[in-house]
Amino acid sequence: MEALVAILIGTLTACGVYLALRGRTFPVVLGLTFLSYAVNLFLLVMGRLTVGKPPIIVEGVTEYADPLPQALVLTAIVISFAMTAFVIVLSLKAHLEMGNDHVDGKHKP
Amino acid sequence: MNLSLVALIPFVGAILVASISSLGRLHAAWGACTVTLLALAFLYPMIADVFSGQIIIQRFSWIPMLGLDIVFRLDGLGLLFALMILGIGLLIILYARYYLSERDDMGRFFAYLLIFMGSMLGIVLSENIIQLLIFWELTSLSSFLLISYWQHRQESRSGARMALAVTGGGGLALLGGFLLLGEICGSYDLSVILASGDSIRAHALYLPTLILVLLGAFTKSAQFPFHFWLPNAMAAPTPVSAYLHSATMVKAGVFLLARFFPALSGTPEWFWLVCTTGLTTLLVAAYIAMFKHDLKGLLAYSTISHLGLITLLFGMGTPLAAVAGVFHIINHAIFKASLFMAAGIIDHEAGTRDMRRLRGLWKFMPHTALLAMVAAASMAGVPLFNGFLSKEMFFAETLHHANQPWGWLMPAAATLAGIFAVAYSLRFIHTVFFSGEPVDLPKTPHEPPRWMKVPVEILVGLCLLVGILPALTVEPILVVAAAGVLQGPVPDHDLAIWHGFNPALWMSIIALSGGILIYLARRPLSALHDRFVDRIEFKSLYNYLLSQLFKVSSYITYLLNSNSLQQMLFVFMIFILMLGLAGFNESASALTGDRALLPMDGVSILVTLILVIAAIGAVILHRQRLVSLILMGAVGLGVSLVFIKFSAPDLALTQLSVEVVTIVLMLLALYFLPQYSPLESGNYIRSRDVMIATAAGLGVSLLVWAILTRPYHSIADYFLSNSVPGGGGTNVVNVILVDFRGYDTLGEITVLALAGLGIYAMLHQLKLSGSEQDSEGQTWDRDLHPVIMASFVRLLLPLALLVSVYILLRGHNLPGGGFIAGLITAVALIMQYLANGVTWAHTRLSVDMHNVIGAGIFIAALTGLASWFFDHPFLTSTFSYLHWPIIGEFELASAMIFDLGVYLVVVGTTLLILIHLGLVHKESHLTNVRKRIR
Repeated sequence: MEALVAILIGTLTACGVYLALRGRTFPVVLGLTFLSYAVNLFLLVMGRLTVGKPPIIVEGVTEYADPLPQALVLTAIVISFAMTAFVIVLSLKAHLEMGNDHVDGKHKP
Repeated sequence: MNLSLVALIPFVGAILVASISSLGRLHAAWGACTVTLLALAFLYPMIADVFSGQIIIQRFSWIPMLGLDIVFRLDGLGLLFALMILGIGLLIILYARYYLSERDDMGRFFAYLLIFMGSMLGIVLSENIIQLLIFWELTSLSSFLLISYWQHRQESRSGARMALAVTGGGGLALLGGFLLLGEICGSYDLSVILASGDSIRAHALYLPTLILVLLGAFTKSAQFPFHFWLPNAMAAPTPVSAYLHSATMVKAGVFLLARFFPALSGTPEWFWLVCTTGLTTLLVAAYIAMFKHDLKGLLAYSTISHLGLITLLFGMGTPLAAVAGVFHIINHAIFKASLFMAAGIIDHEAGTRDMRRLRGLWKFMPHTALLAMVAAASMAGVPLFNGFLSKEMFFAETLHHANQPWGWLMPAAATLAGIFAVAYSLRFIHTVFFSGEPVDLPKTPHEPPRWMKVPVEILVGLCLLVGILPALTVEPILVVAAAGVLQGPVPDHDLAIWHGFNPALWMSIIALSGGILIYLARRPLSALHDRFVDRIEFKSLYNYLLSQLFKVSSYITYLLNSNSLQQMLFVFMIFILMLGLAGFNESASALTGDRALLPMDGVSILVTLILVIAAIGAVILHRQRLVSLILMGAVGLGVSLVFIKFSAPDLALTQLSVEVVTIVLMLLALYFLPQYSPLESGNYIRSRDVMIATAAGLGVSLLVWAILTRPYHSIADYFLSNSVPGGGGTNVVNVILVDFRGYDTLGEITVLALAGLGIYAMLHQLKLSGSEQDSEGQTWDRDLHPVIMASFVRLLLPLALLVSVYILLRGHNLPGGGFIAGLITAVALIMQYLANGVTWAHTRLSVDMHNVIGAGIFIAALTGLASWFFDHPFLTSTFSYLHWPIIGEFELASAMIFDLGVYLVVVGTTLLILIHLGLVHKESHLTNVRKRIR
């Protein structure tokens, strides 16, 4: 199972990095979203993999998944939504102001 | 005791005053008066306690572990300053009401003035020095606003900027000094610091601490060579100059010297640094003041000179000199404020402040002239006026060092400065009110309105009362304030006009006669000054340094920034890869650890495979933006499955609802953007990027593998075992968010709200027409709102809202909470917009989302503040159980109210973003709904 998770996070990172290096705003925003998936998963599994033990206290149960990375990731998801929204609107605005959607605001010849 | 209220009332008052000023011009003035009187009323009951020797301390816990508490302190020194700030403030408000013209915005003026008053009170009433610093910076900021009050004038703006740069820079130094003080003493409380003077002076860090604190004090009190901002700040309206630049703000620096007198003084370093600065300032500024042609310029330099005098007194380090310093603070505030007001009256009624044109005003405004003469006599140190008494004490103090080598220098310099002071005072009076006829004045001068003179009369009356009957008037407050400075018994001092023919009296006599002589010889001296000395300008030096600073920073930016995001990101990625590679290389341990692995199962393999294919597909097809976006959405949904698998139900719910919102948002944005990305980079660049991406992915995979196969120690046990007894909830993730780490969450929702507001600012008043066709060239379907979908979504709304309320309420104990519930509500409402159109939805949901966001943050912050009222630190939560009929046992936790705040912010921000992105389209405005949505 650990290998699957490692492959998944690695693939998401690679996709995010490649898209972030593109020259148009929209793919870059997609790339950032991929990177935030990868980072969120990465943070979560720092608490190691636990199956079927959600951190909800029930009497008599002693083993739980680590709740701390989960709390961190929960806000990270919401914040990365805010960031994605901000960046996509920024690229929309840049497209309007400059007439193109190149990340540097210019057409290459 | 309501000490904190004294400092906080003006801040609340500022908001009130700004809002009532729209009702009428004078409302703001009366409002400001009332606020000041209210603050005085709260201060009044504590005066007797301070006079009986008590130190009043009021403490609120904030971050006790870091020594950061909100603590207020009232002792003699604080009381004296608080009375000066409020008393003179009251007179200034009355004066400004007549000074400001019809065109000036009274509400803005008085709101700024009250903010300044509150900040100043905060400085003098702070016990925690970090808190003191916050108020200190607030005075810099509010004085910036006040100096630049006439924003249309270039000189106001540049003067304000200079004042902010100099005093703000000093504030930074002061922060450094305070942090060092806190390190040395182990506490940021003044009581501790003032009591540990010996250990501070013996500490290795004493000198850096002293220099940093002094930098703060000297910049604020306009000491040489930082004095140049004060004359340039004279572009402010005169009430501001009278208040900030004579009585209060510039006194903050000498207040600091007085405040830390027991902790820092009494060493040779203190003596030399403070005395040299004070003495230089005293002499240089008094000299320049003699030759200023601008009425306020003369007063500004005279103020700098008197501040130098006070600094010098504290620098001497003897208790008696400190008493004299406090006495001169009082006297200077009284006579200088009245002189500034008189100068303002002359400017107001004659239309100019240029002393080459103001002549012979005695016959136009004899009453004002009389008042100005009394105040100027006090400034010159003429017997029977208050300035004489403290100046006499000053002269006597300088003589204490007379038997040391070079000891004669100090009394000689003091006498010389006294001569200059007499000369410029004489010039102020004689030139303006006598010596010929006015030259080409813009207006015919006359006496001002009756009530404009009242504040000046009160202050001038005080000059005389203190000057003639010092023991009956000023002695009690002086003693209690000096005790506050010295933190101990006050030495014997004799406030009398006549001490016999002692050396100090002779110095006074020399000063008076010398001053008259210089004034008589003013014409040749002035010509000489204009020829040589006037060339030295500190302002141009400052401007030169500033422009050099800009040059250096733009050069650094030029060096580091290639102006291409792609190149910068490339360099960044390579750098990160190298760092990672170095980490892998240096590690000696095996890649795989010895933790037992979980077994693989078919479903997990399938889901991983789908996710990997979708992600790679999104990259390969990324130039077809819509397809790539849909594939990305699939990955997002897959990620929520991964969360479920690994015991994170809260995350799965959040990810699911965020994914829906994100995709809707991206689709909306994509509508206005090109549908295809052109092929931009060549084969080389693309294969280079593939290699970088592969290397990054491989590195992360190996890292994850290495971590996951190793055991670890977690601090989770604390949260797991304290969640129910400490936080009252069984959903540990939610309890961490709203209780254990509530402070972080408060910060996070603030960030969320700011992002929403930023997006609103970008989209505000933007109107676009999207394309008529889709990417294949087919015309869009014109049926905007299909009936079946519209009806179905309307039916769904109450159910969705019910679910979100349920999720919100159960969040403390089962998966759910404010974030998730907020997103569900937002999705439900956005569905209405999508299915029924903006017009339909807006007529039914006319709530301003800004208010929802504001209410959310307000509720969350208020929950935190509420714990103060029960004497707990900020954001302590509490809970209890209620038994409701039918429903059964129900838990009520203060953290749930906090979660409600989170919920509101999430709903408000999400809707604000999406609605406004939708409103960008022209067709959203067919019925002009926009007006109602702000």
